[in-house]
Amino acid sequence: MAAHEAHAHHDAHGHEHHEEGFISKYIFTQDHKMIGKQFLMTAIFMGLVAMMLSILFRIQLAWPGEESDFLSFFLGETWAPGGVMKESMYLGLVTIHGTIMVFFLLTGGLSGTFSNILIPLQIGARDMASGFLNMLSFWLFVLSALIMLCSLFIETGPASSGWTVYPPLSALPDAIEGSGLGMTMWLVSMAIFIASSLIGSLNYIVTVMNLRTKGMKMTRLPLTIWAFLVTAILGVLSFPVLLSAALLLLMDRLAGTSFYLSDIIVGSEMLENHGGSPILYQHLFWFLGHPEVYIVLLPALGLSSEIISTNSRKPIFGYRAMIGSILAIGFLSFIVWGHHMFVTGMNPFIGSVFVFTTLLIAIPSAVKVFNCLTTIWRGANVYTPAMLFSVGLVSTFITGGVTGIILADSALDIAVHDTYFVVAHFHIVMGMSAVFGMFAGVYHWFPKMYGKMLNTRLGYAHFWVTLVGAYGVFFPMHFVGLAGAPRRYYDYSVYGDFNQDSLDMMMDLNEIITVFAIIAAFGQIIFLFNFFYSIARGPKAVQNPWRSNTLEWTTPVEHIHGNWPGAIPEVHRWPYDYSKPGAEEDFIPQIVPLMEGEEEH
Amino acid sequence: MTKLIVLIVIVIGVLALAQLVRLYELSSKLRNRREEDIPNRENRLNATLLLVFMFAFFASFIYLMLEYGWTGRGDAASAHGVETDSLLNLNFIIISAVFFLTNGLLFGFAYKYVRKPGVKAYYFPHDNRLELLWTVVPAIVLAVIIILGLKSWNEQTSDANKDAVRIELFSKQFDWTVRMAGEDNALGYFDYKLTNENNPLALLTTKTIQDAIDSMEMGSTGIKAMEKKLNNGRLMMIPEDRQKMITTLGRKERLVRLLYQMKARHNKGLDARAMDDVVFNANDTLFLCEGQEYEFNFRAKDVIHSAFFPHFRAQMNTVPGMTTRFKFTPTITTNDMRKKMNNNKFNYILMCNKICGSSHYKMKLMVVVLDKPSYKAWYAKVSKLNPAAPDACKTFKNIYAVGKPKKVEAPAAEGQPADSTAVAAN
Repeated sequence: MAAHEAHAHHDAHGHEHHEEGFISKYIFTQDHKMIGKQFLMTAIFMGLVAMMLSILFRIQLAWPGEESDFLSFFLGETWAPGGVMKESMYLGLVTIHGTIMVFFLLTGGLSGTFSNILIPLQIGARDMASGFLNMLSFWLFVLSALIMLCSLFIETGPASSGWTVYPPLSALPDAIEGSGLGMTMWLVSMAIFIASSLIGSLNYIVTVMNLRTKGMKMTRLPLTIWAFLVTAILGVLSFPVLLSAALLLLMDRLAGTSFYLSDIIVGSEMLENHGGSPILYQHLFWFLGHPEVYIVLLPALGLSSEIISTNSRKPIFGYRAMIGSILAIGFLSFIVWGHHMFVTGMNPFIGSVFVFTTLLIAIPSAVKVFNCLTTIWRGANVYTPAMLFSVGLVSTFITGGVTGIILADSALDIAVHDTYFVVAHFHIVMGMSAVFGMFAGVYHWFPKMYGKMLNTRLGYAHFWVTLVGAYGVFFPMHFVGLAGAPRRYYDYSVYGDFNQDSLDMMMDLNEIITVFAIIAAFGQIIFLFNFFYSIARGPKAVQNPWRSNTLEWTTPVEHIHGNWPGAIPEVHRWPYDYSKPGAEEDFIPQIVPLMEGEEEH
Repeated sequence: MTKLIVLIVIVIGVLALAQLVRLYELSSKLRNRREEDIPNRENRLNATLLLVFMFAFFASFIYLMLEYGWTGRGDAASAHGVETDSLLNLNFIIISAVFFLTNGLLFGFAYKYVRKPGVKAYYFPHDNRLELLWTVVPAIVLAVIIILGLKSWNEQTSDANKDAVRIELFSKQFDWTVRMAGEDNALGYFDYKLTNENNPLALLTTKTIQDAIDSMEMGSTGIKAMEKKLNNGRLMMIPEDRQKMITTLGRKERLVRLLYQMKARHNKGLDARAMDDVVFNANDTLFLCEGQEYEFNFRAKDVIHSAFFPHFRAQMNTVPGMTTRFKFTPTITTNDMRKKMNNNKFNYILMCNKICGSSHYKMKLMVVVLDKPSYKAWYAKVSKLNPAAPDACKTFKNIYAVGKPKKVEAPAAEGQPADSTAVAAN
């Protein structure tokens, strides 16, 4: 009966009641829920690879030059002769670790997974605006991920000029081995990734703008959707610039152009290129690179706002201010990129403009933090694993955010630019906050994704190991940076030449950091086990386990094409009516009409 | 073998975990407990743990700050660096206050407002005054930070004084070369096309242009020899090698054409500018004088490098195809700094801080700061204009006149702390 109703309401998906074949259901699926899960699986796999790479080079940093069975097991004789990592492989690992984490885990995994799963479900749509483009976006993502992974196994090694791949180093195979085939593969992979991201983002924007259900005004959207929308807009506006940067670099490498090259002698070879500027690449790269930080962070912040509100049983404090700060962060993120380039010799006046705009971003960020704090204040907080990760996210967002103030201040940046202080800063913001947001999202929406419940206690264990482990990695790192340790150094033996005390201190800290990194990595086994075990054998979920207001919890536990068996529900209120005075329950779903005389928020 | 054991342990661990989880599920089922219902006991436990974590976190911050802080860099050894440090301290005080306050509120609230039976959450959707408060207060604090920061930034990046000594730091994979301006305190011009083994810094003079043309045309790899080889019908060559040679020849021909143009346009009056420059060998220690302002001009031969002087709080990228500049005044001699740091082997250093290739981490240059008298004595030795003078003569004129640059031992050769003490003691 219900099925027939759905059919009547939903002509576009007339085929939905056919038995689907394995391929169209699990592989080339156009269903947004399945595509979201595909993104999640791919991202988890890529994240694991990138985490393993980081453990390999952390071992080198903590115990440089020591023979390690572990290294020779993973890298073999070519890359770790006698169990000691080669210098070029170290740089390759650092580069691919950064690339995978930023693009494949945090961009693809966070925005790809949760935009896909949550946008149609939370705005009340049957599916994405274009199911086909959605599928295309995912498969391009897989293709680019495969090319990136393959580049790890080629003879000359992967791209190894850092994840920012600055030319001329990345343009000249004579300058470093990894700039040969490895770099070409990197660029091709990124070009495909950008296509995937663009198609996905356009789809998200169109879906949010056009497919909202009746009554779902923009001011009734959950903050998650606001975050995904602004993220998608940032992606659409900034990724094409990275594509052009990558294509120009590709042309410099393959077609002999001089966009980024000028007056270079590499080895004994005098190149003809004249008139290009390596700095041009940096401008183009960071024009994406900085919005990218927020492409990664905004979804995490959106997810955590939603989770904090649900689990504190309180409305998110300052809903409109939250929307305002998402928009302000989105806008400002486009005019701050120069703060990555204070020491490139840029005009000091331009530098001061970037100082000003960068520090402005601290204001909307502060608003978001204080609003989250006020939401927790006088709540009836329930610590589900998702809530714990969200609290952790707020903490890391603060801790990582405040050091940003130092780095944004050009006068101070000179002293700490490209040291481990920077590495600590952006790992706490991106590596911890964004990943915590992702974990929070997985724990919270797992029942919606798989119809099963994750084990809560394993979730607790995972959270505490991860929080302590990750802070243990990135907190001491600030002090390595303050001592002046440059990033991307294979080892710090050079310190032995001029300040042994400093070297001793650095090695102490590096060992502590690596030990914590290994602990944190082991902690992820708990998650993986919980994740896959629960998909297979977890207890069945109920329809609305967290007693939440948003629309996705009105869909049946069993996934169906078109999401709602009957008519799409109509929305009557904002999503944050938790513990509203006068209501019987401590939550009022969005589909409940306003009571007589009840004021909408 | 160990690998196998570790693998087995992990597998057994996962299996054990699976069994535990099944046990837990069975007991949940027996007690009719659902996964999403968090018992109050567990909820409170997590709230308490959050508070405990906060204290541990704060304690570790204080410990790290006291134990490590600026360790390793010591006091700023340059005039502007002192200001950088005080600004950094001020900023650290501000951000530490924010860090303690907001993390404290977060974990404090999380602990205090844990769900209690019978207590309903307080419906508090917004409050304009509060929101205004945390928009305006951060804005004011940031305004202070911005104003102080920009003041310092403008001073650090403004042009150097006229009497600042001009020094060029030339970077290539994986070393640094120092060139000091001569009597005229002006660095000679350069063009990368003039690079050859006699003229590694590619300085521009009438003679270097001619030499560059000659070395491009003559010699076993010169244009003439290549043309001869390619036109020799009886010479058998592997096609790839032949193609490669044709490409190289084409490039060399285009470059030599540019050199001829340069020759035609060259103003002989500029030669003197380069001739008195003091050119050191790659890796020769950089000597600086206490209290003297320096303007560093940075060049890169191959890829981007970055000149990072951690102790002087100075840093600037070196970019192929352009010259970047940074100025600073060293204020503490190496000897004084050793006393301050209580480490008689301490040295100042210039490190590369932009990934530049596999030996990036080894690319460094020793820096020695001398007091005025010992600096004068040292400078007199290296900058003598007399071509008949002994090995210590390093002006470009002298080096170039004799063809190949001679390996000249500076008073403190590359990274020898002992030598530099000797000089300082002079």
